[in-house]
Amino acid sequence: MEKIRLILDDVMEGNIVVLEKGLSPEEQSKLIEMTMMEISPDGFSGIEMETYSAKDSQSTGFFGKLFGKKGAAARMTVIGPANQMKTIKKDKDLISAWVSSR
Amino acid sequence: MNLFIRTKKRLSRFLSAFMKKRQSRIGIYGPPNAGKTTLSNRIVRDWTGDALGPVSEIPHETRRARRKEGITISNQNGSSLTIDIVDTPGVTTKIDYQEFVEYGIEKDEAIKRAREATEGVAEAMHWLREDIDGVIYMLDATLDPFTQVNIMLVGIIESRNLPVMIVANKIDLPDAAPQRIVKAFPQHPVIAISGLEGDNVEALYEKMLEVFG
Repeated sequence: MEKIRLILDDVMEGNIVVLEKGLSPEEQSKLIEMTMMEISPDGFSGIEMETYSAKDSQSTGFFGKLFGKKGAAARMTVIGPANQMKTIKKDKDLISAWVSSR
Repeated sequence: MNLFIRTKKRLSRFLSAFMKKRQSRIGIYGPPNAGKTTLSNRIVRDWTGDALGPVSEIPHETRRARRKEGITISNQNGSSLTIDIVDTPGVTTKIDYQEFVEYGIEKDEAIKRAREATEGVAEAMHWLREDIDGVIYMLDATLDPFTQVNIMLVGIIESRNLPVMIVANKIDLPDAAPQRIVKAFPQHPVIAISGLEGDNVEALYEKMLEVFG
């Protein structure tokens, strides 16, 4: 919860947050819920987010399988304020984004 | 004797109420304007003769989750399933009241709608974590399914191990490409329908019996 709060506070200040290991599905769900609670008229309008899928790059390994560890759900995740950031294109190894300064 | 019968009936009612497992709550999730309320209305109308909520072209027409309890779906083989249908607001990561203004809605009303929509999406996400037993994930078959929200939502549903089926809606439209959705989510059953016209809804009900039964 603290992690999500930290990300959201940063994004609400106009920063773009890049997470190397991404967010778990539970964290993503909470991020959407908390984002919704922060939206205000003529203020913060939400987030823009892009994630690289980890499906083809991740292996849970023997111990992961043994202990049921699912690992991080995504590789790299980019989160920014919706009114300042718009994803233009997402390729295999490249996220192209349009970013406006305040 | 009468006292004995009355006591027996009361005890039986008490025990059945106490022991009864609550019906599965099937949430209809998806992005805004995918046709969630149209499908909810169709399911509820087909099996109860009722309706659940209004539909419109304006995104976020459904701003509060609506529930219809005790819908029994059955087929000719005698299989049946009783569920609660929960129609949820379209999930998104951003809501700007200006979007409603562009549809000709007055500013004050647009702000009110945006606030209701944000509360509705937050509630829908909370329910998905706490209160939903299965998911019908609705997608507009005329649009690209590879969006961040779709991938994220399906990932969240999978992480909760909820039974899920994906509905490729709006196949009555010429641009519909349900195969694109089948390719995007090969790990889940996909049913192509038109919620508006009722095309292929029988296959949908059959799949619901299989997935949620």
